[in-house]
Amino acid sequence: MKVLLYLAHPNFDRSGINRPMFEAARGIDGVTCVDLYACYPTLEIDRDCEQARLLAHDVIVLQHPLHWYSAPSILKEWLDQVLGYGFAYGQDAKGDVVLALAGKYIFHAVSCGSPKEAYRADGANGADVRQLLLPFEKSFEFCHMRSLAPFVLFSAGLPMAIDDGNAGQRERVEILRTYRHHLQDWKQMLIALRDHELDFEQAQSARILNELLPTLFVQTGDL
Amino acid sequence: MELLGAAFVYLIAAVVAVPLANRFGLGSVLGYLIAGVVIGPVLGVVGGETVELQHFAEFGVVMMLFLVGLELQPSMLWRMRTQLLGLGGLQVVGTTLVIAAICLAFGFSWQVALALGMILALSSTAIVLQSLNEKGWMGTIGGKSAFSVLLTQDIAVIPMLALMPLLAVQVPSLLDGQAFAPFFEGIGVGIAHAAGASSTGAPTWFDGLPGWAQGLFVLAVIVAIIVAGRTLIAPVFRFIARSGLREIFTAAALMLVIGIALSMNYVGLSPALGTFLAGVVLSDSDYRHELEADIEPFKGLLLGLFFITVGAGIDFHLLFANPFSLIGLALGLMVLKAVLLYALATGFGLRGADRWLFSLSLAQAGEFAFVLFGFAASSEVLEPSIIKPMTLVVALTMMFTPLLILLYEYVLAPRSVLLAQQEADKIDEQGKVVVAGLGRVGQIITRMLMTNDFKVTVLDHDPDVIENLAKTGFRAYFGDATRPDLLHSAGLGQADLFIAALDDRSKQTEMVRHVAKTYPSVTIFARARDRHHIYELEKAGAHHVERETFEAALLLGRNALVSLGYHPFRAEKAGRKFRRHDFATVNRLRDSWNEEGVTDHYIDAMRAHNETLYDLMKEERMEDHDMGEQGWMKDPDQKPG
Repeated sequence: MKVLLYLAHPNFDRSGINRPMFEAARGIDGVTCVDLYACYPTLEIDRDCEQARLLAHDVIVLQHPLHWYSAPSILKEWLDQVLGYGFAYGQDAKGDVVLALAGKYIFHAVSCGSPKEAYRADGANGADVRQLLLPFEKSFEFCHMRSLAPFVLFSAGLPMAIDDGNAGQRERVEILRTYRHHLQDWKQMLIALRDHELDFEQAQSARILNELLPTLFVQTGDL
Repeated sequence: MELLGAAFVYLIAAVVAVPLANRFGLGSVLGYLIAGVVIGPVLGVVGGETVELQHFAEFGVVMMLFLVGLELQPSMLWRMRTQLLGLGGLQVVGTTLVIAAICLAFGFSWQVALALGMILALSSTAIVLQSLNEKGWMGTIGGKSAFSVLLTQDIAVIPMLALMPLLAVQVPSLLDGQAFAPFFEGIGVGIAHAAGASSTGAPTWFDGLPGWAQGLFVLAVIVAIIVAGRTLIAPVFRFIARSGLREIFTAAALMLVIGIALSMNYVGLSPALGTFLAGVVLSDSDYRHELEADIEPFKGLLLGLFFITVGAGIDFHLLFANPFSLIGLALGLMVLKAVLLYALATGFGLRGADRWLFSLSLAQAGEFAFVLFGFAASSEVLEPSIIKPMTLVVALTMMFTPLLILLYEYVLAPRSVLLAQQEADKIDEQGKVVVAGLGRVGQIITRMLMTNDFKVTVLDHDPDVIENLAKTGFRAYFGDATRPDLLHSAGLGQADLFIAALDDRSKQTEMVRHVAKTYPSVTIFARARDRHHIYELEKAGAHHVERETFEAALLLGRNALVSLGYHPFRAEKAGRKFRRHDFATVNRLRDSWNEEGVTDHYIDAMRAHNETLYDLMKEERMEDHDMGEQGWMKDPDQKPG
């Protein structure tokens, strides 16, 4: 399967985990990587170009930090412009129904500032990440796309604490280990997506993708 | 005719030998030296005039130090003070003493030993700086340290010239007041030699004054140079620049250098040192790059001539009489100097490739040795029987230096790890961006880059523009950016980005073509007058071109739509659509323009595109009103949900 990765990060230069994730993805064959803020610094998205891109891929990954319980603004602009009437939904000039993106898999790869405990019904945010991203999921559903659970890194943004020297030695080691682990999962998952070696059924119904990862990998063998 | 004939011989030797030497990676210095050997001792086409010519050519060293000074801001010189005094001072004193001790051991009198020590301790500014510049090693730590030592040596020549007469065998009682007469006379004669141009040994005109007055006078001249450089030079050069006569500017630049050399001569200081000082003073002047570009070719030719005369002056009869002892002496001297330099470098924290570069590049004896030998002969410190072979030894060490540089470049440097600091140091020497043209376009670009802390070198040909901008705290250098030499001295070779923002359409294209050809690694951004100019500039080699009025016109158009009643964001969208379509048109017509120029076909294609634009805009209006009636939504911009 062809994987299309959209990155939406307004401060890519200073990003701790998103940058290594994006760069790792760039090194994987069969994954097309698009840095939205780099392509459209004035937020003026080329609709035709992006629609053609979507058509050419099977899995769409939206990589971004969680901003105001949602995505950075360019991703909303992308949604508004690219998933347009007469393409992703609605009718064409002849009056036939169009659903150009039907059947494609789509999900978010998100980094969150708060720890995991905050993203629970009884936690500080009162909802988990998949719930927070519901407006996106509903839009994709409207276009007959298939949403997978988000791939999440909690407690991101702590490398700044490492740089400041505020974190203790033990903490630092722990954070770096988490990051390495996350990157490893990320690469493995992108490759599995590409090679169609992921249990898509289970990935659609899960709440968070990475926690289930080892059980999600399937060997398709000669398929 | 004789003059032209001689000139022709020297030039043809240089023209043949130097490119050949460069072709084989030997460097220009060795090329010149070989050319000199060929036309001198081997073919015998040139003869006795070489010595005289050499004095003349030594003026190239003076010019070189002026240029070096231009590259050095006073603050950088101040930062070098430990190196100058410590490294340089120790090198001169240490090498002098060791050589003198060895001479003593061989049974020379202490006076002769000391004289030889002083003379041979000096290195060749001409060869070393020329080679370092050519290879681009001046920015390395090794190169900078070598330069500090050379600068100290240039200063050290003055006390040496003063000491020389005191070493004369028939030393009168030092307590006798008369003893100091030859001392000051010595300075005058010696300096005149060092000046090269006026080797007649004109006595300084304040000989009659008492010592303290002379000292004050020297100080006054130095202060005068600094003050004049700060206050007088800029208005004078601006006046000349306004005339727009290129050769007069060159004449003024030459006049400045020669004038300073002469005045230094009169007060008994090294002209090389004086022009160096003047260079430093002018290093933050608006006219720095223009001066550099003007003096550079003269310096190059004179230095080349100097190297040829060194080669031509080698006495082959003497050499073949006892080749082993003379070559052995030369090699021994170089090994000795290199060992001392190596030890010194170690003490001053140089490591790896830098230590090798420092020790090997400075291991020869220099052109000052010729001057000092001449002076030592006239003050009867050294016998001709010593001077003759030693002059040859000095010339041989100079001949061997390019070989040592090659040894460093191909054998030693690749094996040593270059120090990481080198990178960080380089940045403060040259701007990473060069902007040509400081008009309406160049100013905005430059201000943007500068406020983002990028180092920008700006060139403009209008002295009034530069002066007015200086009042607003904005620095630019004077010069016609279409001149290749000026672009070179502005540091385009080291730049990442070149921004071509000239007003004049054809000059702009010409400049871009030259830069693209000469500096293939530099990215070129250019401003275009109109659509055709885009194609011209792209063809000339620009990487990114923008029309100067396009964005502004688009903005005005958008605002016009708003004032005619459009919602601002709708007007913005219309502007975006217009821009996209216009860019597409530019892209589509490019091939047609490249192949045929502006033909009927091109005009037809353009008209067709204008019609599509009209349709597009109409479509947008249609979309807003009509499309919404299709499907179940009233308005297509009303998204589901």
